[in-house]
Amino acid sequence: MNLKKSLSFLTSAFLLVTAINVNAQSDTDAKKDTSRLELVNQDAIYNRPFIKMDKLRTAVGGYMEANTNYFAEDGVSEGFSMELRRFNIFLYSTIHERIKFLSELEFEHGTEEIALETALLDIEINSAFIFRAGILLPQIGLVNANHDSPKWDFVDRPLSSTTLIPSTLSEVGFGFHGKLYPSAVVVSYDAYVTNGLQASIVNNSEGRTFVPGGKNEEMFGEDNNGVPMFNAKVSVANRKVGEYGISYYGGAYNTFRVEGEVVDATRNVHIVAFDWTFKIKKIGIKGEYVMVKVDVPEELLDLYGTTQHGGFIEINQQVFDKKIMDFEHAKLLLNVRGEIIDYNVGDFSTPSNTLSTVDIDKGDNIASIMAGVSLRLTSDAVLKFNYRFQKTTDLFRNPAANLGGFQFGIATYF
Amino acid sequence: MLKLKAFILIGCSAGMILQGCTKLVPRAPDSGEVIAEPIEGLNNAQMAAHLVGDERFAHVYSPEEGLGPVFIQTSCEGCHVGDGKGHFSSVVERFGMWENGVFNYLDSLGGPQLQGKAVLNYLAESIPDAGTVVSRRVPPIITGLGFLSAVHDTTLLNLAAKQTAQGNGVSGRVNYVMPQSAFILESHHVDSSGYYIGRFGKKATKATVKEQIVFALKEDMGITSDFDMFDPFNIEVGYNTGDDVPDPELAGNQVNDLVFYLRTLKAPTRRMEDDENVMAGEELFKQVGCAECHISTLKTGYSEIEALSEKEFHPYTDLLIHYMPLLGDGYPEGSASGDEWRTAPLWGLGLAADSQGGIAYYLHDGRATTINQVVNLHLGGEADNAASSYKALTDAEKDQVIAFLNSL
Ligand code: HEC
Ligand code: HEC
Repeated sequence: MNLKKSLSFLTSAFLLVTAINVNAQSDTDAKKDTSRLELVNQDAIYNRPFIKMDKLRTAVGGYMEANTNYFAEDGVSEGFSMELRRFNIFLYSTIHERIKFLSELEFEHGTEEIALETALLDIEINSAFIFRAGILLPQIGLVNANHDSPKWDFVDRPLSSTTLIPSTLSEVGFGFHGKLYPSAVVVSYDAYVTNGLQASIVNNSEGRTFVPGGKNEEMFGEDNNGVPMFNAKVSVANRKVGEYGISYYGGAYNTFRVEGEVVDATRNVHIVAFDWTFKIKKIGIKGEYVMVKVDVPEELLDLYGTTQHGGFIEINQQVFDKKIMDFEHAKLLLNVRGEIIDYNVGDFSTPSNTLSTVDIDKGDNIASIMAGVSLRLTSDAVLKFNYRFQKTTDLFRNPAANLGGFQFGIATYF
Repeated sequence: MLKLKAFILIGCSAGMILQGCTKLVPRAPDSGEVIAEPIEGLNNAQMAAHLVGDERFAHVYSPEEGLGPVFIQTSCEGCHVGDGKGHFSSVVERFGMWENGVFNYLDSLGGPQLQGKAVLNYLAESIPDAGTVVSRRVPPIITGLGFLSAVHDTTLLNLAAKQTAQGNGVSGRVNYVMPQSAFILESHHVDSSGYYIGRFGKKATKATVKEQIVFALKEDMGITSDFDMFDPFNIEVGYNTGDDVPDPELAGNQVNDLVFYLRTLKAPTRRMEDDENVMAGEELFKQVGCAECHISTLKTGYSEIEALSEKEFHPYTDLLIHYMPLLGDGYPEGSASGDEWRTAPLWGLGLAADSQGGIAYYLHDGRATTINQVVNLHLGGEADNAASSYKALTDAEKDQVIAFLNSL
């Protein structure tokens, strides 16, 4: 896919919705109490139902999600299947009013994958300066630190959050975060150093540049090159206009040094993401746009792209909010999500036999559209049903493969 | 009461949606449009084996599984896209040099094939200065190989004898090659003082599909197997360097899975067979003499896979090597000289663009993008008469031949 075209598509879509939004809000008082605004991203890990800031010293909670799949690609279907995607247990302690501990243990697909996803300590100097250390979720894009399934209305996470940004990415690291309140907005920031992703961002079982391939169990024990990665995010939020974030994650990913000796050139990965969340009346609009730059050895460029980008826009329209049976505030939402990803931006390097005299654009991209309904019986439990249609074009830009199918899922906090 | 109705309604519509699921998901394209399908008549166990091989064929290797240290592609599928012809960016290059009338494949310098990519922390290979002769090849279509494998050697010997006897300039010959470690003697092979007739590869240098696969695993992807335990290397780093994965990286039975998969891939299905232009083109194709080498019908001998045994099929090749001087690359293989090439099977030709990125790249190195260019490059050698006669056709007639080729 053409970088410019998709970029301008995403930006114009973004500008359009922002323009409508700002217009709609121009006459309202944006100065309303911002200090108690729950931020979509930074506050997400504490914005969970089991954490009620009461006297309890330790609280236990969690969430689970399960779903059914029925997909077919070009007429070939694996049939109908069910999966228990995640069962996560949280443990939260207020050690002191300024010291909090939060951990999350994740079971994926039953006990197929068990991971300590979070185990962090927050020490609050003041609200603008909180020290954090442990296994943390880097603040990158919209989903990584805000990925609990009960908060989302589609069964699958967005592709930009799982295949460009490797959500869920949890890492050993430390840093600071905090909130500032200049005039009518809340500005939040996060800044961490972590061990960072490793070499299999290229040379992995995907056969393409794939940032999630750089995840590795060894990340929790030791860095592969002795140079940490850096992550930072700044968000601006206001009750009326919504929340907008810009984030960065990156650093050297390859093993360029072993036992102090240089064994390769230093190669970096850089991820930059923009995300937005806002509401126009009963319509919620959120999304993210992600750009990835990876240093790849010259001769691997055809196969492993140095540039990837893509994003998604999701619209959640509330149809009703009323009492159904014993559920006081049951909400029904109609949801749409559009996504575009290009995994290998650019042209094929001129082949040695110069068969082609013109530059030929590399493919390797995905476009997907999802539509569905979600029923939120309470704000903590949601039933989801959605349809997905997805077009996948291979590296060589052969006729696209069409995937389509249905998913039904449940997700609930407990 | 109202609620009950609502629930029944929701229940019913959910049921209907699930029923409709199968209709709302993307349909399979016409069988004529796809190459990657099994032959008809496989029993369930054969189908299961086919699908195991299919997965192995598509499997992308990582360095942890043994990819490299130098390689060209990370999967079979990456080059043979959808089992069809491959893209120009997947071209393979073999190199060597002439030395006192003997060809040196420069094994000690990293030959016979260039692996221009390397895993991280290793060094990509480049052609050494001594490699003055270079052969470039675009990945071919690889369907119907079970049929091609099961043709009896005597059929090929008879074809060669017949062509020579006709005395019209076409005189293909078989390429006798040394069997490799993966070679297994089957009933269709005829021994010639320890040499056997090659039929796979663009100069027909591999007698069996299995030998071709073992070569591809090593030379295209850097995967060792029970039949070849040595990874390719970059001489600038040193012999046997850069791959710490225990060998073999692929077990013998996994190689066999690949063999079974390729043997049970169907012969491409024709499209537009009954179109007038296509039928007229087929006649012209025979008339001008293209079908002397691109023989439409061959017959298999005995095969233990019943669906392949004693079957007629239409590959449009004689599996023989021919003198094609304009296409010469000076690179000999087996008894094939630098100017000889195996008649390319033409089945599936009309689908070439669908696996080569929208443009069909014809001939061994993909140098031609139109049939007229292909025919021009047939001039001068054994195909000279046929090519000249084709060139004498009217434009409308040429279009009919092209329509026929695109229906294959
Ligand atoms: C780097 C690209 C590349 C990869 C990867 C690759 N091939 Fe090939 N393949 C080729 C080329 C080029 C030829 C022609 C070889 C020749 O002329 O000797 C070929 C030829 C073949 C043939 C012979 C077809 C015929 O009609 O003569 C078979 C069978 C085959 N490949 C199977 C495989 C299998 C199985 C794999 C994976 C283990 C594989 N290939 C991986 C490029 C590739
Ligand atoms: C003497 C035997 C011979 C005759 C006669 C002959 N060809 Fe070929 N043809 C070959 C050989 C050998 C090749 C493979 C050349 C190569 O790989 O570079 C080939 C390749 C081709 C290809 C390319 C196939 C591919 O997959 O890239 C086409 C198309 C083709 N021939 C068409 C024709 C047509 C049309 C005629 C009649 C005008 C014809 N041939 C006559 C031997 C012949």
